[in-house]
Amino acid sequence: MQLELTKDQEMFRRTVRQFLERESPLTKVRELADEPAGFDRAWWRQGAEMGWTAMLVPEELGGGTLSGQGLLDLALVAEEMGRLVSPGALVPVNVVIASIVDAGVGGHGKALEALMAGEAIAAWYDGSGVTASPAGGGYTLDGTAELVEAGADADHLLVTARTGDGLRQFLLPATAPGLTPTRRDSLDLVRRHADIGLDEVRADVDTLVGGDRDAAAAVDRQRQIATVLQTAETAGAIDRVFEFTTQWAFDRYSFGRPLASYQALKHRFADMKMWLEASHATVTAAARAVQERSPHAAELASVAKAYVGDRAAALVQDCVQMHGGIGVTWEHDIHLYLRRVTVNQLTYGTPSDHRRRVADLLAA
Amino acid sequence: MSEDLESYRLAAREWLAANLPTVDGGGARLGSDDEAWQRARELQRILHDGGYAGIAYPKEYGGRGLTPAHQRVFNEESAGYEMPLLLNVPTFSICAPAILDFGTEEQKREHLPAVLRGDEVLVQFLSEPRGGSDLAGAITRATRDGDMWVLNGSKIWSSGAYAADYGICLARTDWEAPKHSGLTMFIVKVHQPGVEVRRIKQVNGDSEFCQEFFDDVQIPASDVLGEVNGGWAVASRLLFHERTAVGGGSPYVSGGHAVARVPEPDLVELARRGGRLDDPGVRELIAESHILRTVAGQLVDRVSAGIRGGAMPDPAASLPRLFSATSNERRIDIALAVAGPAAVIPPAGAPGDLGARYLMRQGGSLGGGSSEMARNIISERVLGMPREFAADKGVPFSQVRQSQTPG
Ligand SMILES: Cc1cc2nc3c(=O)[nH]c(=O)nc-3n(C[C@H](O)[C@H](O)[C@H](O)COP(=O)(O)OP(=O)(O)OC[C@H]3O[C@@H](n4cnc5c(N)ncnc54)[C@H](O)[C@@H]3O)c2cc1C
Repeated sequence: MQLELTKDQEMFRRTVRQFLERESPLTKVRELADEPAGFDRAWWRQGAEMGWTAMLVPEELGGGTLSGQGLLDLALVAEEMGRLVSPGALVPVNVVIASIVDAGVGGHGKALEALMAGEAIAAWYDGSGVTASPAGGGYTLDGTAELVEAGADADHLLVTARTGDGLRQFLLPATAPGLTPTRRDSLDLVRRHADIGLDEVRADVDTLVGGDRDAAAAVDRQRQIATVLQTAETAGAIDRVFEFTTQWAFDRYSFGRPLASYQALKHRFADMKMWLEASHATVTAAARAVQERSPHAAELASVAKAYVGDRAAALVQDCVQMHGGIGVTWEHDIHLYLRRVTVNQLTYGTPSDHRRRVADLLAA
Repeated sequence: MSEDLESYRLAAREWLAANLPTVDGGGARLGSDDEAWQRARELQRILHDGGYAGIAYPKEYGGRGLTPAHQRVFNEESAGYEMPLLLNVPTFSICAPAILDFGTEEQKREHLPAVLRGDEVLVQFLSEPRGGSDLAGAITRATRDGDMWVLNGSKIWSSGAYAADYGICLARTDWEAPKHSGLTMFIVKVHQPGVEVRRIKQVNGDSEFCQEFFDDVQIPASDVLGEVNGGWAVASRLLFHERTAVGGGSPYVSGGHAVARVPEPDLVELARRGGRLDDPGVRELIAESHILRTVAGQLVDRVSAGIRGGAMPDPAASLPRLFSATSNERRIDIALAVAGPAAVIPPAGAPGDLGARYLMRQGGSLGGGSSEMARNIISERVLGMPREFAADKGVPFSQVRQSQTPG
């Protein structure tokens, strides 16, 4: 978590936490595991009312921030969601919202409105599996968009496609003929992914986001936002895991003394505390850089993604170990966190992918 | 803020270009000979006369009274210039701040302006042959004799003592009190009758370490730093400044890194020279090293702000300290892996200090308090876990058992 919050941020954080504790505690998350979408639309609308979809939108378009730094504010929501392994599509919805806003809204005002109201959900694809061929003033899209978060549940899909002349991005209704989502299983109990087949999908020019020119820079920016929100969520998750595992170490006794009194274990907790604080530090630095559109934003986002991805999973596994046998049971909640941080680690670029991006920047 | 940062930056840039020589970054070795120390003092004098000494030190003691942010701006601008880096640790960032915290008005006026002029180098006389981690178990002895104290015993691992003017020295003054309550801190003149300084050769060939032998050294009572038998409070503060400095968060460090005196190896260049830059595995290692260094800085920022604002307790300074120690171990390993055999058998004419760095790899995890002690501090004083069993707790120090063969 960011160390120094404004009064407004502090109050907002508390409100979000109370809402999540009341409306989607871990018992509810376990129940939602059996629902196809993994979350409840009415719940999402309430979140939208609270501001989950407003932070990256300027006031004149109906949005607004708490601190003037919307991404840092939104990262607070992500952290709180991490603490309770919350469902929902915070990342794709906000990435799509930010993309529409950055592109000057154009003909996507209705979609933006619906997304901000929590009435609609959006999915986002930034991979290279889709091609766009010019056809009749617009484009025809073909290929497969793999691993799309909320892909089978979204009302809108922002799809990136390759053309002979750079990238283009299109905002399509989920009902567009030729779109076929196929759900995938996920290690996460409530976060859903799908592959979306595109078979001669007609995309008129008015579906373009950012106009008929190369979208590479826009895609970079979207990735940075996704990275910040996702790593913030992971940081929130490990914060909570470390909290209850430390408490456990005080409460659990062996040989007549608490686990917390054994130096071998104390030292592991010290290392974990260091990873935890370093994770928060690098997420905050990345959030700030992306918020400010710093020239280092891409680098710092990848630094955070690589560092947090590796350390968070290692930290939760260590916490499993500190729990003993109960740590590998279905009954104990720690696996909910392990699932979330592992899925977060390996989606939107693995730590290895992000290290290579950093290397490309260094060796350029 | 008394001076706006951007104009400060521009002024510093101009002044540096006009007054300091640049370094070529070719890895010139500094740090183990009298010449380097002499040069550091000269450079500090130039900085002082130009108004860039002790930027974050109070004005009344010869500093500029500006903020840590000003110091940081100056440090950024000073990259590439020859700077008196040898004076950073421990003089500027550990010893002088402790004098600022605990010194009498006379002590502050005597030492701080001289330090900032480059006239006085301070070192730490803390570790002893009997052990450094258990610092409060010091057995160097000071006995009161009228207006004087008489010092006997030995200190070891004191970096740079041969070139220093004063050592901040922890000694036992009451043997019947429990160990923490019988210690007093002194400001001891290094070059005086009764002090013998011996240099110790390190694995990398440097002889920066010293051992001192004290034989009836006379110390005026006015050179006690802090309270008599209150030396542990001063030592704790020194250790706090030390952790902050070696962790990279000191506001008193002038010019680049606190510790590194030799430029960091350029891994991209090393890989290119070795024909490995296209190897994806090597590229990932280069990135990992960069990531660790970046996160180390980010953690310093977070913890410094946390301690300043009260969100974190002082012992949290051990977090960046442990991070810098452990990440440097990893980064040295990476440098070797990236360089390959050239790390240990450098081609003719190439600078070859990677192997020596590797030999000194654990130095960073020992100096400034070991990583294990940092982990003790984090678990006990940040997380509040039970303290380790101590056999010497509450016992008159004269009855505490000591090592079988004190070193
Ligand atoms: C580069 C460098 C610069 C230095 N500069 C100075 C200086 O300027 N002035 C000065 O006074 N000293 C200096 N030192 C000394 C340094 O502070 C000590 O080396 C350090 O505190 C460890 O003390 P020791 O060497 O006596 O090892 P010991 O205290 O004997 O420790 C040996 C090993 O046991 C571990 N250990 C000890 N106690 C515990 C415990 N309770 N729990 C877990 N593990 C434990 C230690 O971590 C270490 O790994 C320097 C050392 C280095 C390497």
